Amino acid sequence: MTTVDIHARPAPAARSRGRAMSPVVRLSACFLLAVVLVALLADWLAPLPYTAQNLAARLKPPLTEAGGIVHWLGTDQLGRDILSRMIFAVRTSILIAVMGTLIGAIFGTLLGFVAARMRGSVDQAIMMVVDAQAAIPALFLALTMLAFFGNNIVLFIVLVSIDGWDRYTRLVRGLVVSEQQSDYINAIEALGAGSSRVILSHLLPNIAAALVVQATLNFPGTILLETSLSFLGLGVQPPGTSLGLMLGEGRRYLLNAWWIAVFPGLAIFLTTLSMSLFGDWLRDRFDPTSDRH
Amino acid sequence: MLRFLALRLLRALLTVTICVSAVFVALRLAGDPADIMLSIDTPPEVRAHYRELWGLDRPLAEQYLRYVASAVRGDFGLSFADERPAFAAVTEALPKTFLLGASALMLALLVGMPLGMLAALRHNRAADRLAMATAVLGYAIPVFFLGILLILLFALKLRVLPSAGSESLRHLILPSVTLGLPLAGRLARFARTATLEVLGKPYIRAARGRGVMPLAVIVRHALPNAAVPLLMFIGLEIGHILAGSAVVETIFAWPGIGRLLVDSVATRDLAVVQAVIFTVTVIMVGANLLVDVVHILIDPRLGGFARAKGKPA
Repeated sequence: MTTVDIHARPAPAARSRGRAMSPVVRLSACFLLAVVLVALLADWLAPLPYTAQNLAARLKPPLTEAGGIVHWLGTDQLGRDILSRMIFAVRTSILIAVMGTLIGAIFGTLLGFVAARMRGSVDQAIMMVVDAQAAIPALFLALTMLAFFGNNIVLFIVLVSIDGWDRYTRLVRGLVVSEQQSDYINAIEALGAGSSRVILSHLLPNIAAALVVQATLNFPGTILLETSLSFLGLGVQPPGTSLGLMLGEGRRYLLNAWWIAVFPGLAIFLTTLSMSLFGDWLRDRFDPTSDRH
Repeated sequence: MLRFLALRLLRALLTVTICVSAVFVALRLAGDPADIMLSIDTPPEVRAHYRELWGLDRPLAEQYLRYVASAVRGDFGLSFADERPAFAAVTEALPKTFLLGASALMLALLVGMPLGMLAALRHNRAADRLAMATAVLGYAIPVFFLGILLILLFALKLRVLPSAGSESLRHLILPSVTLGLPLAGRLARFARTATLEVLGKPYIRAARGRGVMPLAVIVRHALPNAAVPLLMFIGLEIGHILAGSAVVETIFAWPGIGRLLVDSVATRDLAVVQAVIFTVTVIMVGANLLVDVVHILIDPRLGGFARAKGKPA
């Protein structure tokens, strides 16, 4: 009898429902909070303006003192303080990623609702576009658009939002189609509720948790898209700064000034890592029905 | 089954057509191609000559049809960089990307699959947690950061591996590790879930109840049943590999299509950009089509080979 039990594992729902924040998840949440605070308070936190150059103190290693100021994370090829630049770079990168995520989520959700409510040929047309979008990696599409339209910040944010809108459309369409068949929606519609009432007061609240989880899981990808493009020199342009741009610039000085590239890289890594861990926890906690892998 | 295949093929063609059309629309929204491709101080008569040469003086519908027709022939015009057909630049770079992507995938399979299965067999024990922590680190690390760390360590500090170029197999090591490790992380996580799922199935429990060793259960029963989801997973990952190649090839000066695209975007070499994006689309759609076809063939429930040979489903 006992040998049969070796693979008995708790049902997924039971395991995840009661799951409290583990120390690692708590640490990730704290780090993310810190990142948001840094982004919001960049003007107060940065010791120096991010463009301030000091050519006498070029490529200085971390903890160097120059001009009465300690450069905690060193200076770059123009003698700019890495820490100050990173603080502003976090603001740029987070702002672009948040806006990109929001635009993608809203656009994708809208299309998902339209597909699920209209059905028929509209549904098919939308799903065809979703398939086409999934057929091109977002980075490639973004690069192509930058080649055609040239670089500007509005286009860049829209391009960053490309990553993932198709996933929201697919998710929302699936959820709404199945919700619409449930008795409570039938009852509400039989009572004469209009389409907007059904969507806003009933469908949207019921799929909101899944949407939030999807947005959280999508966020690291959006950050990576922005930082990759900036890293390749095709995203945020100087004199602006972003974590990816700093890393891309620092790549040329790896041999004698590793700190220029390594600290921004570490910041990106820790942000995406924390967001992934936090997103996984959020999914297990609020959306135990979704498939995990 | 043939009907399904035909439908699937039609869908794939449709997807490629949509993508090609979207590129045409984007190109036109961006402005007059003559303005984009020619420098500002081009004399008007030269400009008119090129407009005629590129067919820009014809009706838009005709331009679109010509565009699709030439895309099908693989004719995207000449590259500005070296005056040769844009498609030739792509076909020259493609084997390099294929080599890089294939070795990254091999590495990911060799590292990720055993790691994930080990984690599943030691479910909720220390080895499981350690393996999954490693996997999370692996897939959360941005490829450009990983690449830079590897260059710092192996090319600049230890000086054991080259950091740029593609002349020898030694040049392949750092780029394929950079591209392969995040993939291995995702694969380990996937393999763990897939194995856990299979291990929970009644026939596995029966086998284990009969006293078959855990490893034998994995090899004989779990692996064949995990093949279909694994295949699906790899199909989805091809997009990640291609996207990663743009960054990895740029870091390591690896002359594949990812780097070709990045360089062409920087110089606005539109002919090459279009050729690359068309090729990538065809590869992605083709890979997914292939995955679906193989899925039908190996999954007896879908009426592939197995049933055709008269095996019990």
